[in-house]
Amino acid sequence: MDWINVLIQGILLGGLYALFAAGLSLIFGVMRLVNIAHGDLMVGAAYLGLTTCATLGVTPLVSLLLVVPAMAGIGYALQRVVLNRVMGEDILPPLLVTFGLSVILQNTLLLGYSADPQKLSTKVLDTASVAVGPFNLGWLPVLTFAVAVALIWALQWMFYRTALGRAFRATSDNQDIAQLMGLNRAHVFGLAMALALAVTAVAGIFLGMRTAFDPSVGGTRLIFGFEAVIIGGLGNLWGTLAGGILLGVAQAVGSKIDPGWQVLAGHVVFLAILAVRPKGFFPRIEA
Amino acid sequence: MTPTRRCFLTTVTAALAAPAILRTTRAYAANPVLRVGHVSPRTGPLAGFAEADDYILEAVNAKFSAGIENNGKRWQIEVISKDSQSNPNRAAEVASELILSDEVDLIVAASTPDTVNPVADQAELNEVPCITTDCPWQPYYFGRGATPDQGFDYTYHFFWGLEDVIAAFLDMWGQTGVAKTVGGLFPNDADGNAWGDAEMGLPKPLAAAGYDLIDPGRYQPMSDDFSNQINAFKEAGCQIVTGNMIPPDFGTFWSQAAQQGFQPKIVTIGKALLFPSVIEALGERGIGLSSEVWWSPHHPFASSLTAASAADLAHGYTQATGRPWTQPIGFKHALFEVVADVVARSEDPQDYEANLAAIRSTDMNTIVGPVNFSAGPVKNVTKTPLVAGQWQKDGDGIALEIVANGAAPVIPTTAKLAELA
Repeated sequence: MDWINVLIQGILLGGLYALFAAGLSLIFGVMRLVNIAHGDLMVGAAYLGLTTCATLGVTPLVSLLLVVPAMAGIGYALQRVVLNRVMGEDILPPLLVTFGLSVILQNTLLLGYSADPQKLSTKVLDTASVAVGPFNLGWLPVLTFAVAVALIWALQWMFYRTALGRAFRATSDNQDIAQLMGLNRAHVFGLAMALALAVTAVAGIFLGMRTAFDPSVGGTRLIFGFEAVIIGGLGNLWGTLAGGILLGVAQAVGSKIDPGWQVLAGHVVFLAILAVRPKGFFPRIEA
Repeated sequence: MTPTRRCFLTTVTAALAAPAILRTTRAYAANPVLRVGHVSPRTGPLAGFAEADDYILEAVNAKFSAGIENNGKRWQIEVISKDSQSNPNRAAEVASELILSDEVDLIVAASTPDTVNPVADQAELNEVPCITTDCPWQPYYFGRGATPDQGFDYTYHFFWGLEDVIAAFLDMWGQTGVAKTVGGLFPNDADGNAWGDAEMGLPKPLAAAGYDLIDPGRYQPMSDDFSNQINAFKEAGCQIVTGNMIPPDFGTFWSQAAQQGFQPKIVTIGKALLFPSVIEALGERGIGLSSEVWWSPHHPFASSLTAASAADLAHGYTQATGRPWTQPIGFKHALFEVVADVVARSEDPQDYEANLAAIRSTDMNTIVGPVNFSAGPVKNVTKTPLVAGQWQKDGDGIALEIVANGAAPVIPTTAKLAELA
């Protein structure tokens, strides 16, 4: 019974990790960009949510209506103004730029919001739970998981059923030929980043509702996101969800054995999968 | 006038030469100047501990620039502050900068082992006298490789220790009739390992006092999930939860505890529950949590430097910044009280050995209580009084009320411990 509870809590935690990873997976899939600032952008979105909640007096879930478009706008501008200048054959320059962005973002948040830990308080949702048989499931983790699944389903649908998705896939397959076919690469990249940061905004708000955050917590969340992406296979969104769940369950099981093994167990599973299947479980992109 | 090469060169040379001339001028000032290096975590995760630095230093500098009297001669004191960025490596780097390039006569540091230990290590290495505070003495003392009979030569520390925090917690819990089953949350960091240590930490004294400690093991700080700890506590029927956590981890644990139906009667956590900002962030769920209290406006002590009482200092901070008082304020002020006292008594304030002798013979009353380096549990360390407190409703806001003072009856209690609803 205990172990079933561990499994359930692990799966729900995995939903959060999948949310962390979805944005990363998306931009890596479309433009081979490894975004080191992803974790900090997530924390930035959480702070944006905090400001929205404080000034407008709305709940964090309502603040999504504002934060998601705002982050999408920031994403588009970031890609067009900064990142597109360094995109090219070499993946190192954009990686370094995002690394610098991460440092700048952390310190800007520190200046603006100080190092006080903050939390997006949802009043009821914070502590509400539902009893399913002998288990108590928090509404917030359940909602997080549901949102992760819905979001990934929506992204997948967008990728394979819409013109924008076709543009993303075309650019992902071959940038130069897509350009020849009349797709504006710079614009497509901008849209991809906008979409990725919109997803990141959702992840940031859910992170802020689940745990307290301060400007320095982005880095640890980035690692979990990366691991989920790589376990699932690069460029595959459903794979990212599976990766997140696997990571969450591994951590929950590790923590059941000894709380000291919680994070370690996640990393060990990640390394084991890298050793056995270096491309993850469901790779879509041949490197 | 169009800038010419000659004009450019003259200006640049003058600008470059200026500091040299200015420094020479200062050496001939009426009062000789002493330099005190100060390292604190201004930025980063520990920044909460140093948020009152500017406020404290303003009052201290007013006194220091007027000069401290030593054998009929006035010495000005210049405090050079550097930021550790909450990073122990950075703390060591700025400490060595202060010692080697700023050539400070004395070095001070405060706030957690991550700041205090590297600075003290640099001071010991370079044989510069060093005073530190705001870090339990065991991580400071044993964490730097000292043994009970073999201490340090140049570095001195005042604060309380784990034995005091345990005594304060037991004193508080003993007032209620809750079941003696305690859940322990200890992270895998310097503080968590010290608190959870089977020999030096909580387990032994808790067992001696008849408490059952359920300790699932050391968890990684910044964890997103405490389900397993909550389950273990629920199964064992814990009514008390204790430990040493950083604020973000406590917030996560506390929401999940509610989600998973775990309702302890007393929650007493070290470190995480010190700051009002943390409790405010928890909203209603923050009321009733308890923690150790090192210093508060209710402490019946006054500053030897400015004569301000604990209440004056705390309320002055609130007035100056609009933020609630925090516990490190008193200790940061006391640190500079000790500096002033040492400078006043030193045989030659510019001589390391004379300053060291003065530190060793310190016996004074500060805003955090008596500091007497000959009365410590070990060489180099002296202890200040510690009590336990609970966050309670205070009108619209919250207040940290002192609820247990068994170890330091001189500090009055201000309320009774209330069990969590």
